[in-house]
Amino acid sequence: MKIIQKTGLALFIISLLIFLLANGLDGYRLTSENLGVGNEFHKKEILGTAQASGMLDKTYGSSFSFNADLKNAMHTAQQSLDEKAKQGLPEGVGEWDYRLGDWAMKDYALQTTKLSATGPVASHPLLFLLLTFGLGILGGLLYILPKFSGLPGIKNNHIYHSPMTRGLKVGLRGAFLATTIVGVLVWGMFYMGGGWLWSLLTVIVGSFIAWRVLIKEKSKEEQPARSASPGITGWLGVLTGVLLIGFYLLLYWAPQHITGWMRIVDPVSRALSGNGASQWFLYGLLYTVVVLVMGIRMMAKYRHNKYQLVRTGSVMFFQTAFAFLLPEIMVRLNQPYYDFKNIWPLNYSFFFDYNLNNLINGGGLGIFMLVWGIVLIVVGVPVITYFFGKRWYCSWVCGCGGLAETLGDPYRQLSDKSLRAWKYERWIIHAVLAFAVVMTLLVLYTYFTGSQNVLFLSSDTVRTWYGFLIGSAFAGVVGTGFYPLMGNRVWCRFGCPLAAYLGLVQRFKSRFRITVNGGQCISCGNCSTYCEMGIDVRAYAQKGQDIVRSSCVGCGVCSAVCPRGVLRLENNASDVHERASDLRVIHIKNGELKMEN
Amino acid sequence: MHIVIIGNGVAGITAARHIRKLSPASRTGGDHKITVVSGETDHFFSRTALMYIYMGHMRFEDTKPYEDWFWEKNRIELVRGHVKIVETESRRLLFEDGKTLTFDQLLIATGSKSNKFGWPGQDLEGVQGLYHYQDLESMELHSAGLRRAVIVGGGLIGIEMAEMFHSRHIPVTFLVREKNFWDPVLPLEEAQMINRHILENGIDLRLETELKEILPDTNGKARAVVTNKGETIECGFVGLTVGVSPNVDFLKDSGIELGRGILVDDYLETNIPGIFAAGDCVQLRNPQPGRRPIEAVWYTGRMMGETAAYNIVNSRQSAVGSQGRSIPYDPGTWFNSAKFFDIEYQVYGTVLANPPENHASLYWEHPDGRHSIRLIYDRKTGSILGFNLMGVRYRHEVCEKWLRMGTHIEEVLQNLGIANFDPEFYKQYEADLLALYNRQSGRNLTLKKRRGLAGAMAFLRA
Repeated sequence: MKIIQKTGLALFIISLLIFLLANGLDGYRLTSENLGVGNEFHKKEILGTAQASGMLDKTYGSSFSFNADLKNAMHTAQQSLDEKAKQGLPEGVGEWDYRLGDWAMKDYALQTTKLSATGPVASHPLLFLLLTFGLGILGGLLYILPKFSGLPGIKNNHIYHSPMTRGLKVGLRGAFLATTIVGVLVWGMFYMGGGWLWSLLTVIVGSFIAWRVLIKEKSKEEQPARSASPGITGWLGVLTGVLLIGFYLLLYWAPQHITGWMRIVDPVSRALSGNGASQWFLYGLLYTVVVLVMGIRMMAKYRHNKYQLVRTGSVMFFQTAFAFLLPEIMVRLNQPYYDFKNIWPLNYSFFFDYNLNNLINGGGLGIFMLVWGIVLIVVGVPVITYFFGKRWYCSWVCGCGGLAETLGDPYRQLSDKSLRAWKYERWIIHAVLAFAVVMTLLVLYTYFTGSQNVLFLSSDTVRTWYGFLIGSAFAGVVGTGFYPLMGNRVWCRFGCPLAAYLGLVQRFKSRFRITVNGGQCISCGNCSTYCEMGIDVRAYAQKGQDIVRSSCVGCGVCSAVCPRGVLRLENNASDVHERASDLRVIHIKNGELKMEN
Repeated sequence: MHIVIIGNGVAGITAARHIRKLSPASRTGGDHKITVVSGETDHFFSRTALMYIYMGHMRFEDTKPYEDWFWEKNRIELVRGHVKIVETESRRLLFEDGKTLTFDQLLIATGSKSNKFGWPGQDLEGVQGLYHYQDLESMELHSAGLRRAVIVGGGLIGIEMAEMFHSRHIPVTFLVREKNFWDPVLPLEEAQMINRHILENGIDLRLETELKEILPDTNGKARAVVTNKGETIECGFVGLTVGVSPNVDFLKDSGIELGRGILVDDYLETNIPGIFAAGDCVQLRNPQPGRRPIEAVWYTGRMMGETAAYNIVNSRQSAVGSQGRSIPYDPGTWFNSAKFFDIEYQVYGTVLANPPENHASLYWEHPDGRHSIRLIYDRKTGSILGFNLMGVRYRHEVCEKWLRMGTHIEEVLQNLGIANFDPEFYKQYEADLLALYNRQSGRNLTLKKRRGLAGAMAFLRA
């Protein structure tokens, strides 16, 4: 058994190395055929400047040197077109169909890089698909499947001994977090075209929250705060975090440098939707494969627990069918791309003009999707959450939750359980919700009135900053990149505006709660340790107090790891006000002797 | 008013927390100054979780129920040190390092110490129990390169220790004096279930085997054990887990009356006014019928701590609590729980390994041999007496209410679903248990209630 597992691990590592290498194996050569530009004016101009600079038909060793020259060529073309445009546009041609905008250039760079690749990956994508995805899945399964043969039960041995899962020192964690925040804000200035206004506004809001938590709510006095990882650092976890963060940086902001990977998954994309693979298809496929393989791992680990089996099966199904396959199939059928389970405000682009137009012009199905999306927001979320709590979405349906519950399961213990973290959480997540609502209102205002500016705010800029800061940096780079650093639910806990909305319903109007079994708690701390949302479950359990918390995603792991059978997830609110009150004591009440009931 | 608590385990800390709750600083008449003394650790941790630190499920930090700033914020002073002498006349503590501390009222909550029964070699290096944090450190120290551990004593700590070594793939030989694991407490079928489970985890379980002596190597370290069957088992570590007894040796000449533990009255006060005791170290002068005078479990420690807090604040010695009244210690209906490797165990009420004639038993076991339910009831009156559960979770409050009311077994059986506390989607076994009862009794009862909080709440409210 050990040998099979070790072989699996070796195969997986080999596949990972091949995957990392494969992105850099190809060379790049621009020819007149493979310029990824549809617009004839742009194409002619860029080809002209590329030829003049000697770029055409030259072979480059890396996407970086290739893109440097391509960028120069496009800039020259841009200036030249600007000059020509001043002398008058050709008859019947719109300004931006003639002039070359910055956004178009980003897309052209990506498409051109992908089309210009020459080398082993470009010529044998199927072989590399097998060597990366194929070998990786095989290795993963060889490692995971033997776990089904052991005795069923909680398998948390050596989590805090492993350099992969034991987290990192608080100081180092802080350094990672600070570097990421500063990096995002500085990069944000470039992203917003050199303006520092939005980064500054973000710093002001952030400073306000820090002041609220540390000074106003006196968290500064709460020293030393209980931390996820006091004195040890797991180097493998840090390495994994760095890899994940790097992947997201490239995915969101430099996709022209991962065209090798897109090439690898091209055959799959063509088979599904008929189109070549974009960076989003690459991401979607990788995401789905990871959820499926790690989902099997989750099932092996918790196979004694039917709640975990059903729940894991559910997230695997929704990711595969709803998030991945169905939208691709709909594109193949010339229908709008739509993920039926993605709900605003997590799906923050739902009310963007292009999406609304896309749906409205998408025929009967498009209109249905539009209505479905709105009904989910207005009726679905409150009603289903009333009956089952936010878990129906967060740990059963959601894609982010799906990844957290599968790939992220080995890191759930790294969530910060300090009171201070909870205080930060409440401010940050509701600030994001407010930001999402304001941004969407501005976008809708522009959609219906056609007016770009509301007071001094341009809805377009606000939405761009939201997409950058929240949609990409927070949800992706921090949300997943920080799994091995701060636990698997950093995004869901601190950032997701939909989780905030679901949480408000769960906290104030839901039947869901976790009940505590009389006086059986031994304060051991397994429940708190393995709560991915950083809830100090034990603080409630040891007082015999039922748990109603807006952040609880109902994963059920606290109940599973409890060695004394103390916790149970319930959909019933009778007596909740008495039983969830923090004055409820275990033994003696109001000076009277009270039995444990 | 200075209240000093010796011991920062669950009894001492529960008392400290409740004293602080009962005497907030704002109350007129003065505040209680609370000092908690511990020789073991700076902060309160969950002793029952020591095994999880060793197995890598948690770190020591995770076993602390309160963040480190909690104590200062609640003005509970923490002192690190071993108390050598309690001077009851001058109301003063003398520490081993020569320091002193005066008190107005004292709570002694010093817990237990591991038993040793005079075996040759019991004080060698590599021979120990598992109770204190230091025991864990010592286990960790001896685990490096350990080829085999021998554990003596088939109880809760013994099986924990076996699981700990097992998690590190260190072979374990488990010597159990009795015919089955923990059979002074568990009924036969449950004890046999755990026997099987110990064996399927690859532990070398030796039933009806006793330790005769521990042999040293040339460095004074344990090298092997000799059993009463004459066998010599090579090992580098010997776990002595043959029970615990009150940790009260330092009180011998204090004037505080001792039995095996600190003798206390119904209000947990010792013979010296203003000196109380709580937790494992206590020996009750008047235990309730059917209960032992020393009950060294987490839950009684917690209940005693809470009770002691009321009586300390409201005692004759106290300036503030004169309006309150004293509260006798009442542990309520017996309950306990544990986990044997992967099998959870819960017990409510009276379930005896050697039941008297009037105890009838209904026992159902799952074909997989890892789940069982046992109901004990009075043979004549049919009143429910106890629940014993393996791999199945039942609601504490529901079971307790049935036990307190002495509900008839048939009434319990028909409503048993409301006691079920297993997670959602888990199979419910109450119908199987009822069918078994029907077969044995020739009755034709049907299950009226299935699992669900609504039913349980309705029953508890009624």
